[in-house]
Amino acid sequence: MRVALFITCVNDTLFPGTGKAVVSLLRRLGCEVDFPAAQTCCGQMHVNTGYRAEGVRLARHFTEVFAGYDAVVAPSGSCAAMVREQYPKLARPGSKGAAAIAEVAPKVYELSEFLIDVLKVEDVGAYFPHRVTYHPTCHSLRGLRLGDRPARLLRHVRGLELVPLPGAEECCGFGGTFAVKNPAVSAAMGADKTRNIMDTGAEVLCAADNSCLMHIGGTLSRQKTGVRTMHLAEILASTEESQ
Amino acid sequence: MSATFLGMPGNFPENSQKAVQDSQLRYNLRKATHTIRGKRADVVGELPDWAELRAAGKAIKDHTLRNLDRYLVQLERAVQDAGGTVHWARDAAEANRIVTGLVKATGEREVVKVKSMATQEIELNQALAAEGITAYETDLAELIVQLGDDFPSHILVPAIHRNRSEIREIFLEKMPETPAGLTDDPPALAEAARLHLRERFLRSKVAISGANFMVAETGTLVVLESEGNGRMCLTLPETLISVVGIEKLLPTWRDLEVFLQLLPRSSTGERMNPYTSMWTGAVEGQDFHLVLLDNGRTGVLADEVGRQALRCIRCSACLNVCPVYERAGGHAYGSVYPGPIGAILTPQLRGMGSELDASLPYASSLCGACYDVCPVAIDIPEVLVDLRAKAPHAAAEKAGMKVAGWILDDHRRLAAAQRLASKVRGLVPKKRLPGPMSAWTDTRDVPEIPEESFRDWWERNERA
Repeated sequence: MRVALFITCVNDTLFPGTGKAVVSLLRRLGCEVDFPAAQTCCGQMHVNTGYRAEGVRLARHFTEVFAGYDAVVAPSGSCAAMVREQYPKLARPGSKGAAAIAEVAPKVYELSEFLIDVLKVEDVGAYFPHRVTYHPTCHSLRGLRLGDRPARLLRHVRGLELVPLPGAEECCGFGGTFAVKNPAVSAAMGADKTRNIMDTGAEVLCAADNSCLMHIGGTLSRQKTGVRTMHLAEILASTEESQ
Repeated sequence: MSATFLGMPGNFPENSQKAVQDSQLRYNLRKATHTIRGKRADVVGELPDWAELRAAGKAIKDHTLRNLDRYLVQLERAVQDAGGTVHWARDAAEANRIVTGLVKATGEREVVKVKSMATQEIELNQALAAEGITAYETDLAELIVQLGDDFPSHILVPAIHRNRSEIREIFLEKMPETPAGLTDDPPALAEAARLHLRERFLRSKVAISGANFMVAETGTLVVLESEGNGRMCLTLPETLISVVGIEKLLPTWRDLEVFLQLLPRSSTGERMNPYTSMWTGAVEGQDFHLVLLDNGRTGVLADEVGRQALRCIRCSACLNVCPVYERAGGHAYGSVYPGPIGAILTPQLRGMGSELDASLPYASSLCGACYDVCPVAIDIPEVLVDLRAKAPHAAAEKAGMKVAGWILDDHRRLAAAQRLASKVRGLVPKKRLPGPMSAWTDTRDVPEIPEESFRDWWERNERA
């Protein structure tokens, strides 16, 4: 199966380790991974901040770059939701853009969807001997409706103890530019989230979005909690040899 | 009530920052919203056909809004046939003028009021006061807000920001007949309010209400409430004036079947509300006037994305589930409509001319919890994003977004920017970023910038 990796601009720039983990995980599972070099950004930040023209341009670029692949895998629930849920609203019905979106958008998968729904695996052969709690990010939860897919994958990781996160379904307060436009409320939401994380006694907070983890992790680090944040892909890519 | 929301200064980020620092308020809001949230989840969860009810509610409202002109005329005729008088008000000023004129014509100087969002929206109490007419709120929470010379901060529970000891102080200060030994025990507080209000009900000759629903087919108005004060106001006075937004319409009596299930379960978390009052036109011994209020609604109806906000039945489920409302409180929104629905309704009804109103579409992390609980499936995040595209943007932000867009338009420019960032990675302060990005580092560390971007790593290792 020829799979294109949509790394997302945030992962590309700030979290290359997540991209490397996706590549090694997908290859381990027998996929041929391609990285279309012309890719940049899905346009979510621009659209959701009110800069529609720029966002539409980036969406058009995305549909051109990823046309023709069997599947596009993104290690981000939020960016995958942008393409699948929001792209169709950006183009005029019946336009060429709408047709291009209708062609590409359904083939875009968030990583756990791709593993469970397309590759039909729950045990990816990972090993990660740590106490982990999982935050289901809003766009994974209420946008893509990932449900328990990430948890099913994590439960099959050898050595991993998955502990439930109280108030898991509440937003962490990141919200893209919301984090800097409404810093007081964002920080208050982040503080409540980190308190819940601390209550679990977990060593690692895992999620399917590095942007949310950047906000929660930045808060955990400022509070000197010692709790690490890790993208789902990085835990799933871990093996006994890599430990 | 002299307090007025119109022309309130500030903006949402500043207003909410003050609220966040008020730990008592945060505690009150968290406790109240989580309690109602839980009750709602229970009574919604027990209905096997909730998804179908929700879809029906959405479809009925959309159909009505598409044919609003026809149904409004049908309603007008039905109300007139039943002996009522119908008035049309283009905006708040016209509605206030009509109502004030009607009250003056009775010769009365006092009116009792049923809790109503529409009359709050047009600031009717202030308009009446300007003409020497005193309006008495009879809903317990509205009474607390009115006596405290305060703003409502929630659609369903307007005094949600007050706790019982504060309410006791307000009663002792503002209700002269209250015994000095009043405790802050909720039943004692309710009894004090009851004694205070009973006298008003018996004395008042004019009542003003809103309505939850209007049925075009029959001309019937419907009010749902919990305390019975509404029933008293609607039945005792000689003149009843109802001010209702034009979007509150339902085509047929049968449609109530859907909405009388959706509303109480979504708002108070009850299977059925204690009092449902319905009346059609004038009843014997009572004059009835219906004031149909536009006040910006027709403009909202013209907007393809924004018009779904007119489906709203004012249940407050979105407020109770919103993480931003829970921490910012209702006053931060500077409108009678706070929370997620307020963030899409206020900028549409009032425009985004003021700094406050222009900041409202951004008062959300777009987490989507509001859309999930909305009983008429208003896609609030979708409308927020659409409003953000129409909102005025600061020049510096606009320039920054333009540059970011230019870089992201081409992967070679993105790669160059990433290499530059990697080069200066040692210079990026982890704890304190300059300018507007300091809003990030006030509470959060900056992630380490990697030595190499993913694309450069791929290029180096994988490109065959």
